[in-house]
Amino acid sequence: MKQMNKEVQRRFDVLVIGGGPAGMAAAARAAECGARVGIVDDNFRLGGQIWRGEPDDGQKTDASRWAERVRASGVTALCGLRVVHQPESGVLLAENLDGFCELTYEKLVLVTGARERFLPFPGWTLPNVMGAGGLQAMVKCGLPIRGKRVVVAGTGPLLLAVAAYLRKHGAEIPVICEQASWRDLAGFGLALFRWPGKILQGLQLKRNLAGVPFAANSWPLAAQGRQTLESMTISHAGKAENIPCDYLACGFHLVPNIELPSLLGCAVANGCVQVDDFQRTTVPHVFCAGEPTGIGGVELSLIEGQIAGLAAAGHASEAQALLDERRKALRFARLLDHTFRLRSELRSLPSSETMVCRCEDVSYSHLLQHSSWRAAKLHTRCGMGPCQGRVCGPATQFLFKWNPDSVRPPVFPVRVETLAAMASQLQPQHSEVTGGQ
Amino acid sequence: MSNATYDVVVVGAGIVGAACADELVRRGLRVAVVDRDVIGSGATAAGMGHIVVMDDSDSQFALTRYSQQLWQELRPELPDDVEYEQCGTIWVATDEEEMIEVRRKRDYYGQRGVATEVLDAQSLQAMEPNLRLGMAGGLLVPEDGVLYPPCAARFLMERAQQRGAKLHLDSPVAQIGMGQVRLTDGTEISAGIIVNAAGAWAADLTPGLEIKKRKGHLVITDRYPRFLRHQLVELGYLKSAHSVSGDSVAFNVQPRRTGQILIGSSRQYGAEHKEVDNAMLVRMLQRAQEYMPGLAQMSTVRTWTGFRAATPDKLPLIGPSTADTTGDKSIYLATGHEGLGITTSLATARLLADQITGTKSDIPVEPYLPARSAKEYAHA
Amino acid sequence: MHSQVTVRVNGAPVVVPSGTTIAVAMVLVGQPCRTSVSGEPRGPLCGMGICFECRVVIGGIPHCRSCQVLCEQGMEVTTEK
Repeated sequence: MKQMNKEVQRRFDVLVIGGGPAGMAAAARAAECGARVGIVDDNFRLGGQIWRGEPDDGQKTDASRWAERVRASGVTALCGLRVVHQPESGVLLAENLDGFCELTYEKLVLVTGARERFLPFPGWTLPNVMGAGGLQAMVKCGLPIRGKRVVVAGTGPLLLAVAAYLRKHGAEIPVICEQASWRDLAGFGLALFRWPGKILQGLQLKRNLAGVPFAANSWPLAAQGRQTLESMTISHAGKAENIPCDYLACGFHLVPNIELPSLLGCAVANGCVQVDDFQRTTVPHVFCAGEPTGIGGVELSLIEGQIAGLAAAGHASEAQALLDERRKALRFARLLDHTFRLRSELRSLPSSETMVCRCEDVSYSHLLQHSSWRAAKLHTRCGMGPCQGRVCGPATQFLFKWNPDSVRPPVFPVRVETLAAMASQLQPQHSEVTGGQ
Repeated sequence: MSNATYDVVVVGAGIVGAACADELVRRGLRVAVVDRDVIGSGATAAGMGHIVVMDDSDSQFALTRYSQQLWQELRPELPDDVEYEQCGTIWVATDEEEMIEVRRKRDYYGQRGVATEVLDAQSLQAMEPNLRLGMAGGLLVPEDGVLYPPCAARFLMERAQQRGAKLHLDSPVAQIGMGQVRLTDGTEISAGIIVNAAGAWAADLTPGLEIKKRKGHLVITDRYPRFLRHQLVELGYLKSAHSVSGDSVAFNVQPRRTGQILIGSSRQYGAEHKEVDNAMLVRMLQRAQEYMPGLAQMSTVRTWTGFRAATPDKLPLIGPSTADTTGDKSIYLATGHEGLGITTSLATARLLADQITGTKSDIPVEPYLPARSAKEYAHA
Repeated sequence: MHSQVTVRVNGAPVVVPSGTTIAVAMVLVGQPCRTSVSGEPRGPLCGMGICFECRVVIGGIPHCRSCQVLCEQGMEVTTEK
């Protein structure tokens, strides 16, 4: 394992970290302006989460159109590569299964997307309990789902999209459990009239999901099974119902991936990276777009990604036209936040033995003894595992109102040799102290 | 909490402060502990938790040996999450010059009743197969051990609380002196004696203290059980810890009970910020890879830094403070432990409590008295 | 494009279409990817490489996130203890 093949281009005018919709839009636009652009993603193909494996039926979609623009504009795609640290300004350290490399940039566009929020409840650690996007990703990577019973639960528009996808591939969906109230959902539905495109999506979803029971004010209570999931207990209309099933697709909306922006020093507020109209962060030459600036869905990601790409390539004036679209899409983002906010009942889901930190097996009752994330981390190891708090962090923030710690390198687990190989011309960050001190 | 009065208020709920509180309540004193953050949030959170006898000087040996024995006595009462393991230390020698040092150490320890075993190249390889080939040998010190310091500090603090000590966390201290501890929120706590156990920040509370921050880096890997059995330290570590200036790294690795490998160590003066210093990290990891090539492939999960409290003569300050010129006799010091805070916390607590209660100590206290700085510092 | 691949999971051969991830292969044969610190069986959760629940041993190398690894002919996969 050594430094990766130097033939691969690694110096870029614009470096885009994240290969989802925002990243593809940013990369394509920047490259179309003539910039030398690289796009980096951990997955083995571009598309991120929402466009994973698209298109799967040969049809022209947003995903395929942007993928084509990325290809045609000469963007260098570096897949299967993870950014882990910044050795010095203008350089990122990245690693893949075979080796590592340093990526040099003039402008950086961080489009690291979002991950699902998981909340603990009894039995949630059973195999075949997965995220909603998680199960969808597994199906896209070859998991057969035809004839399987899948309970879909949690919150957010992702639930419907996932349920529709699973059904299309032959899954049987006993129920979709959405914790939001009927009232909030109705408000969401009415508000969608502001976004005609979404109504069409909504109608399509409605068609795809015809006959699938949908329950609002509903959430998971417990998962049961010996070695794998066998049934779910859900709360529905104030009563507990038990449903035999093969899989649970459960996620509670999305959490922005702000680890890399935080490491680089970008200002963050309410868990989102702060940006100006042109997606500039508080760090010079660093842009951020899409979900890390606030959960807003694919449309907003595409708009913001384009703005960032154009601005990073020095063509901010061309982004002017997009600012209006973004303003409209931002209203949708705020609506999402409001409609799918978590209800307090979800705080009482875990029992005392329920594991909250899955990497280190720290139970709910164990965590109750501590009054801050930092104390819990130090004394129970919660958050010290390889997921680096990505799963238990948002859960404990919701359960206990804890605030997260500052981010330290590596932002992703990385081999010792990769860290040890950071550019050797680095100097210590203070002057040498002479003797006699 | 206003106007509460105690016999002793300890400032700092790290392992030293916790040990002092535990010992003082055991002797029947009314104790309060104040910390600006959570239990064990300073060097206690950052350090390796290595319980080790050191022979830098006779005084250092006396303190570390005494304290190690106290840890061994305490061991049966330690809960599981303290993760105490008597895994032993191996001081690793890369050449014949270092083997001379190995034998010197063996003789020194042998004369003082500390069990050791000299390892030749083959037995070293047999004991630690993941050390690279070509080592000259080493010295095994089987009575050394490791533990997880934040939980050890919490155990000691909770034991003190069970006996009546009061703990105030998230309570930064603005000023101490004349029998008063004043918090930044204005609260005042009266005490006959105030113990400054604030570690790397002790000089903030007692101006004039000769304590400097000595920054260190650590890295922890994912789980690789059976890769490492003992704490391994290069003999060059002593050169690194010896020096009173400059930056240095030394090979120093520890097997944690979880199977994770803790990788250290580095020392820097003059670095006041807690961010990871990439140049130091690179040097430290390269050094570690030189000794154990198998580390290269391991997944690292976290890196962090911490600040040791360093004194000019590398011995801690335990006893009445002499920094004040106004005649204030209420301040005692329990700080300046550099890289030996975990090891010597229990002995520090004993020596401090002895002085406060006028009891004769089990070992001579003179080398650790703050008053010693009136004389010239002796370099071992 | 529709070729098949055989991997071995805990010693037993598993045939999957190419393009399938190791995580999917584990779920297919009902084997947990790993055993947690307290002994619980665990499988993939997030499907996107951030939860680390899907870790397996591949060819003797531990801590491989199986949801990020495509099945390749002859891979030897075992549940990570």
